[in-house]
Amino acid sequence: MNAFKRDKKEEEEGGGNPFQNIEKTTVLQEARTFNDTPLNPRKCAHILTKILYLLNQGEQLGTMEATEAFFAMTKLFQSRDVVLRRMVYLGIKELSSIAEDVIIVTSSLTKDMTGKEDLYRAAAIRALCSITDVSMLQAIERYMKQAIVDRNPAVSSAALVSSLHLTKIAGDMVKRWVNEAQEAVNSDSVMVQYHALGVLYHIRKSDRLAVTKLVAKLTRNSLKSPYAVCMLIRIACKLLEEEDSNGNSSPDSPLFEFIESCLRHKSEMVIYEAAHAIVNLRRTTSRELAPAVSVLQLFCSSPKPTLRFAAVRTLNKVAMSHPAAVTACNLDLENLITDSNRSIATLAITTLLKTGAESSVDRLMKQIASFVSEISDEFKIVVVQAIRALCLKFPRKHSVLMNFLSAMLRDEGGLEYKASIADTIITIIEENPEAKETGLAHLCEFIEDCEHTSLAVRILHLLGREGPRTRQPFRYIRFIYNRVILENAPVRAAAVAAMAQFGATCPDLLPNVQVLLARCQMDTDDEVRDRATYYHSILEKQNKALSNHYIVEGLQVSVPSLERALHQYTLNPTETAFDIKSVPLAAVTPADENANKMAANAGGMLITPALPGSKAAVAAATANTVTREETYLEKLRAVPELANLSISLFHSSDPVELTESETEYVVRCVKHCFPEHLVLQFDCTNTLNDQLLENVHVQLEAPDGYHIVRSVPCARLPFNETGSTYIVLQYPDELPASVGTFSATLKFLVKDCDPATGQPDSDEGYDDEYMLEDVEVTLADQVQKVSKTNFGSAWEEAASTHSELEDTYSLSTMGTLEEAVRNIINFLGLQPAERSDKVPEGKSSHTLYLAGVFRGGHEVLVRAKLALAEGVTMQLTVRSTDPDVAELVTSTIG
Amino acid sequence: MVTEGLLLEPTLYTVKGIAILDNDGNRLLAKYYDKTIFPTAKEQKAFEKNLFSKTHRANAEVIMLDGLTCVYRSNVDLFFYVMGSSHENELILMSVLNCLYDAVSQILRKNVEKRVVLDNLDIVMLAMDEICDGGIIMEADSSAVVQRVALRTDDIPLGEQTVAQVLQSAKEQLKWSLLK
Repeated sequence: MNAFKRDKKEEEEGGGNPFQNIEKTTVLQEARTFNDTPLNPRKCAHILTKILYLLNQGEQLGTMEATEAFFAMTKLFQSRDVVLRRMVYLGIKELSSIAEDVIIVTSSLTKDMTGKEDLYRAAAIRALCSITDVSMLQAIERYMKQAIVDRNPAVSSAALVSSLHLTKIAGDMVKRWVNEAQEAVNSDSVMVQYHALGVLYHIRKSDRLAVTKLVAKLTRNSLKSPYAVCMLIRIACKLLEEEDSNGNSSPDSPLFEFIESCLRHKSEMVIYEAAHAIVNLRRTTSRELAPAVSVLQLFCSSPKPTLRFAAVRTLNKVAMSHPAAVTACNLDLENLITDSNRSIATLAITTLLKTGAESSVDRLMKQIASFVSEISDEFKIVVVQAIRALCLKFPRKHSVLMNFLSAMLRDEGGLEYKASIADTIITIIEENPEAKETGLAHLCEFIEDCEHTSLAVRILHLLGREGPRTRQPFRYIRFIYNRVILENAPVRAAAVAAMAQFGATCPDLLPNVQVLLARCQMDTDDEVRDRATYYHSILEKQNKALSNHYIVEGLQVSVPSLERALHQYTLNPTETAFDIKSVPLAAVTPADENANKMAANAGGMLITPALPGSKAAVAAATANTVTREETYLEKLRAVPELANLSISLFHSSDPVELTESETEYVVRCVKHCFPEHLVLQFDCTNTLNDQLLENVHVQLEAPDGYHIVRSVPCARLPFNETGSTYIVLQYPDELPASVGTFSATLKFLVKDCDPATGQPDSDEGYDDEYMLEDVEVTLADQVQKVSKTNFGSAWEEAASTHSELEDTYSLSTMGTLEEAVRNIINFLGLQPAERSDKVPEGKSSHTLYLAGVFRGGHEVLVRAKLALAEGVTMQLTVRSTDPDVAELVTSTIG
Repeated sequence: MVTEGLLLEPTLYTVKGIAILDNDGNRLLAKYYDKTIFPTAKEQKAFEKNLFSKTHRANAEVIMLDGLTCVYRSNVDLFFYVMGSSHENELILMSVLNCLYDAVSQILRKNVEKRVVLDNLDIVMLAMDEICDGGIIMEADSSAVVQRVALRTDDIPLGEQTVAQVLQSAKEQLKWSLLK
């Protein structure tokens, strides 16, 4: 029946696909005809085509099969049929990676490559280079060099492109062909020029000076090939970026002038490349942007969709950094919002959203709603990002935008897309208190029908955090409990945790929550049951402090550290109980912020990143920050002299530069804080290529009270390497003395050496020293940030258990509340709680809540009431478990 | 870091893939040049299906999908695609696509249809190979490509030509001799 149907369909198509039903084994069987004499070239070509077609369809050949086919194919060299020969080359290239002993055809190919038939030569070179290895390459090097400078452009191009492929296996040999490539750059053929430039750049790319020379020369005598010019623009951009990052950029560099002159090139390809480059260069100022933008504006009205797409995509990019520069194009963009290419329309609208006024938001949203279902997920994410930016810009429009988002949330879409919408709603909720209730309502509705477990868990967690503090917390319980009835185990567990939050924070809901939790104790899943039992028994006690500690605040240590500490504990059986205080605390919040920021950047970048990539970046960022102390600790442990230090690294500061970045020796300092000790890690880099440094150490003049325990020098520091030297100090007994300034000098033994080899000229050296900037040890170095979700209850609880100090200060240098808040946070190094670091606009007073832990495990809570009146006045209240710490905090401010 | 990603690394490896699909979204020919994207045939075909479903209705020339910029053109029952990285200059990709389309069109004497492509699959394969080698644009001028792949009719032995073909070439020769 099936066969009949297919026949019929084929008839309708008028014969159908002659390759439709071929099978691998039959075709390989047929390949035996290659051995016939005389050969039938047409038939053989057809069989060969079938083999290539199969390979192209993704059919896998075994090594045996491939080798057999390959050897049969070599027989076809007897035929002089041009097409057949060319198909053989193609077959060789396809099979070269699967079959064995492919080297066998080297001589046949070398013959064709050096023969008279031009149609063979180019293709033979490419086939030959695909089968050759380093040892064989030596034999054909001479021919390759000749081919690169051949008069026939096809041959020359083939040789150049092949040599670029070969750099992967024989980079050094290809470097020897630089003169030939140099000659080929001057070729009349556009493609040869392009390929030669590619090869030359590849050979020289590690040598900055040579690249600069190359670019300088080629920018002067204009290249004919538009492709080569595009390539040259990219090289110039790279040089400019490097100049920038080295900090020696000049305002009117000839490179930039060259890129700008390309805006007047006759090829559109080059014009766009130049405009794109100018937009993306970091150094570009808004004045320099203008010509690029006007070129793009012209492209916007081009009849070619690709050109419009390219232009509006780049303009969208500009709108992120310089919205004002794009306003001139608003009219052209308006014309594009109804473009038949949805990608162009989406980009136009999101650009307008970024540059436009508040009044146009409604109209644009309506327009985009009409086709949002037709565009790909990647562009939907672009739209979501634009909306997020818009919400932050025009908080009053949140209801329109929130409705739109919830409609998008209901549509079909992948996890990435849904997650970006949920993220946006969460951001809006956090930034704009007015939008909180509607936002939560939308999210509740969403989890009613959400197939992504990870997303549901996140939203439940958010509900648990934000829900209890809304006006009608009881509304959310139903949504959450529904999840317990309907969802899979991870979601149920999250729902149980969220309910417990309500129980702990809203006393009037407690009895109901207890009933629901009791029911969850009958769950089929272990985790859900455990959680329910845990929360139920804690809530039963009705002890505020208990529920604060174990439900509202959650775990504050970093999980990887906890895991390691527990592992260590189980290795050495002891009588003493495990002390959770010995585990380093997690500085979780900055990681979250970073991850969010990265996600925003990655997504906000118009050029939609490959999605898995951005996810990896976020993961990397998170992993990176969470375990900063961990990675440092790992490094410190590797130093034998430091190994006996107490295992619990409490806090590590960000690296501080102790020298200018362009000096002979670059030194950065990281301050590691242990409960009783301070370890200063100096990362030194030697930037002099004619010096070898030995016994590098830092001499420190410590303020009174500090006691230097030991100093660990860095034995050898060759050119361009970074080595670390350490100093271990004991903290003074008196806490106030722990804040101070150290003057530091770098001391070392210099041996002059040969810049090329790095070998010292003689064993004799001389002592030298280098003044460093002072190292400051502040309060912030000695505390770890801790985030408090419910600062209010922790504060009240601390009233009875902690000692309190209060003082009033006048911060006369601060002009605004934001500035004051930022400075206080930086100075104290504590974590702002309950988003009190965001000062609402137009207020003249603000209260900042900060929380953290001082080394040794003393909790610090700070309330700072700020008022703006000719400078900022601050009333600071500190509550801490240790009175000395409280005193230190109040005494260091001011 | 973000900005650096947007500036294009100077390299000749521009094209990530070329594909010719039929009007059901099935692959006639496809080549992917970057091992890191779609390493297996299964992923490639899934991508092609997705690409086809997004492009077969609207003839819009350019789309971004799975982190790639794809430019495309269609005719009767064929869809031609050229893929590049999402930061790539779209116009360069377009020039490759135009070269591919024009070359195929010249090879097939303007009969750009699935059947004719399949009948001349070997030549189309050769043309694709001449346009792009391992991701590097070899040639972007369609007539140069056509010239390099050498059309067949000149060298079919007489015995294997169909009667119609013989007649056709006889006619041509007659015409030329008359014109001289």
